[in-house]
Amino acid sequence: MTKEEKAAILADLTDFDPVFREIKELFLSNLVMISEIPAPTFEEQERVGFLLNKFSEANLINTSTDEYGNALGIHPGTGEGKNILLVSNIDTSVDFTVDHSVSVGPGTVTGPAVGNNAVGLAAITVLPSLLDKLGITLKSNLILMGSTRSLGKGSLGGLRFFLKNTRHPIKAGICLEGMKLGEISHRSLGMMRCEIIYNTPDNFDWKMFGRIGAIETLSEIISRIREIPIPSKPRTSISFGSIESGTEYSFVSSEGILRFEIRSESEEMVSMLKHEIQNIVAEVSSSYGIEVSMNVVGQRKPGGIPFTHPLTSSARGIMDALDIKYSVQPTTSELSAFIDSGIPAITIGITNGTRKDKNTEEIEIEPVSRGLKTLLGLILSVDREEYDES
Amino acid sequence: MNPDKWLKENTYHHSAFANIADLVKEKKKKGYKISLCIPTLNEEKTIGKEIIIFKSELMNRVPLIDEIAVIDSGSTDKTREIASEYGADVYLSSEILPGIESKKGKGENLWKAIYQLEGDIIVYIDADIKNIHPRFVYGLLGPLIYRDEVMYVKAFYDRPLAFSDGIRPTGGGRVTEILIRPLFSLFYPELTPIIQPLSGEYAVRREVLEKIPFPIGYGVETSHLLDIYHEQGMQAFAQTDLDQRVHRNQPTRDLGKMAFGILQAFFKRLAAHDIVKFKEFESQILRQFQAHDNNFEVIEIHIREEERPPMIDIPEYRKKRGIK
Repeated sequence: MTKEEKAAILADLTDFDPVFREIKELFLSNLVMISEIPAPTFEEQERVGFLLNKFSEANLINTSTDEYGNALGIHPGTGEGKNILLVSNIDTSVDFTVDHSVSVGPGTVTGPAVGNNAVGLAAITVLPSLLDKLGITLKSNLILMGSTRSLGKGSLGGLRFFLKNTRHPIKAGICLEGMKLGEISHRSLGMMRCEIIYNTPDNFDWKMFGRIGAIETLSEIISRIREIPIPSKPRTSISFGSIESGTEYSFVSSEGILRFEIRSESEEMVSMLKHEIQNIVAEVSSSYGIEVSMNVVGQRKPGGIPFTHPLTSSARGIMDALDIKYSVQPTTSELSAFIDSGIPAITIGITNGTRKDKNTEEIEIEPVSRGLKTLLGLILSVDREEYDES
Repeated sequence: MNPDKWLKENTYHHSAFANIADLVKEKKKKGYKISLCIPTLNEEKTIGKEIIIFKSELMNRVPLIDEIAVIDSGSTDKTREIASEYGADVYLSSEILPGIESKKGKGENLWKAIYQLEGDIIVYIDADIKNIHPRFVYGLLGPLIYRDEVMYVKAFYDRPLAFSDGIRPTGGGRVTEILIRPLFSLFYPELTPIIQPLSGEYAVRREVLEKIPFPIGYGVETSHLLDIYHEQGMQAFAQTDLDQRVHRNQPTRDLGKMAFGILQAFFKRLAAHDIVKFKEFESQILRQFQAHDNNFEVIEIHIREEERPPMIDIPEYRKKRGIK
């Protein structure tokens, strides 16, 4: 991004602060209302309905949902024919049974999944108002999308479906994360999400009963996995996310499930670790005559655009100009779906927050203006720059 | 009026008024000014959210309400700071009508709102609603904006009695079911179709509000119904189903205090309406009990359900509104 281009974009955003003050209440009220609609993965319909209403009120065209239930609308450009896809995931990992009430304090909003990722969705809902009030006309169509089936077993299903089936060629994608401002992701880690399931078989030798159960077996498997050497280059990790088993103090549990995730910058490393863990599972299973199986429930390839790609360099340039200290981090979010489709994309954060993924997740209101200003700057940059599509 | 007929003709679901643009068009045609009043006492957890949603959805996006006011009883938490930060007009109840000795109570705040606010219609919304939504306001305003004869619209939070898949009982909380509804059934049977007579959310025309007295404590909602019914009959009322309302549950002992205050306001009206004559109350002390090991201890709570006179009788109000 040249100095002149950056200056031109910043000039278009001169009136941003007073305009943001006008729409701040809209952002906050949408944030609260979105957050309070439960949307566990695969059950996002009510939140999709809310977003579609907001898209209609903003006079977007083609406001619609698709077979995967994604919420979609287009803020039309002047007709040059290129499309920028702005996406934020609709679903959360918060169950219906959790109290979704949000609390608005001085300078903060607190509640389950407010940051991850109601903030991203709220940002999408106010974007048309921001563009209109700033008098900004884009050449490109801006496709606004709340994507479904993103998390866990959803495995980015909504976005993948859209990218595979859309008739609108996408020039670039911008993924929005509620937290954190200044973080730029242009590369996606390779990721494999797995479950190891223990079941007591029908022909189980009950002489073994009391000596081997789901908890002991899964514990042994965890210990064996932890013995696998993990390289620091390429950066690799195995995270144990959840374990479920047992009901009582004294009964040996007959069922159990262990969920974990392998992440690495190298696809080969992910694949190698998967095979090693499969071998451990097979060995444990055959040693005790029990049924232990491993399923892969989600997978993402590593990849991304270079640090020097115009999209990354624009994001860095705009954050520099707005005095936002940036850091470059790999991600396993929506970016992966773009990478798999060969579309340049980037993930940015809108604000700062704490207690991510807890029911008391909290976001700061003050940085939102800078987050939205960065987003607008990035959209203007994508709109104006020609990318080498070779 | 036959209770069934009233129920059918005057009971709404908020979705009937979800087209807010039409509501605003009708409001403008009739020249109404609408005020929203939120009485508060230490509500820092919920007040910010209420104001943001009402201001953004019902003032900025569509001009359905013209002012949002918080009337606070002297919160010691950040209620007033938060309310002000998010754009409400914040008043300390004790500073409204300074020439009149201030009293503590939700009813006092509701009464002072009549003086302080400008609306032809005032919508009262409690501050402790966790699942706040614009429907809480537009659902109550709908009947008042579309029907000139309706004076007072009460919220309720359940489905009407009849369902396509069967019939189930519906109604209010514990005080409503074991106190108010039996009392209404005995003395004011026409009022029984009001499903949640104690709900803290209602919208009222100023011309009615300024003419009724206000108990300052627990009896304010009950007395409104009795006084307006006595003067205007059931045609003045409507009620709107606002679906679910999530709020704090009150301990049983607090419900006892509430019932004690309500009974005072109720008996006073029985006498005023020549239904039953009472001598003065023997006492205004509520006695409750608590146990320490094997010993029982009496707790005496003085609850005097004081009342404010109709606002129209207050000289400052008459002066402000230009009433001679």
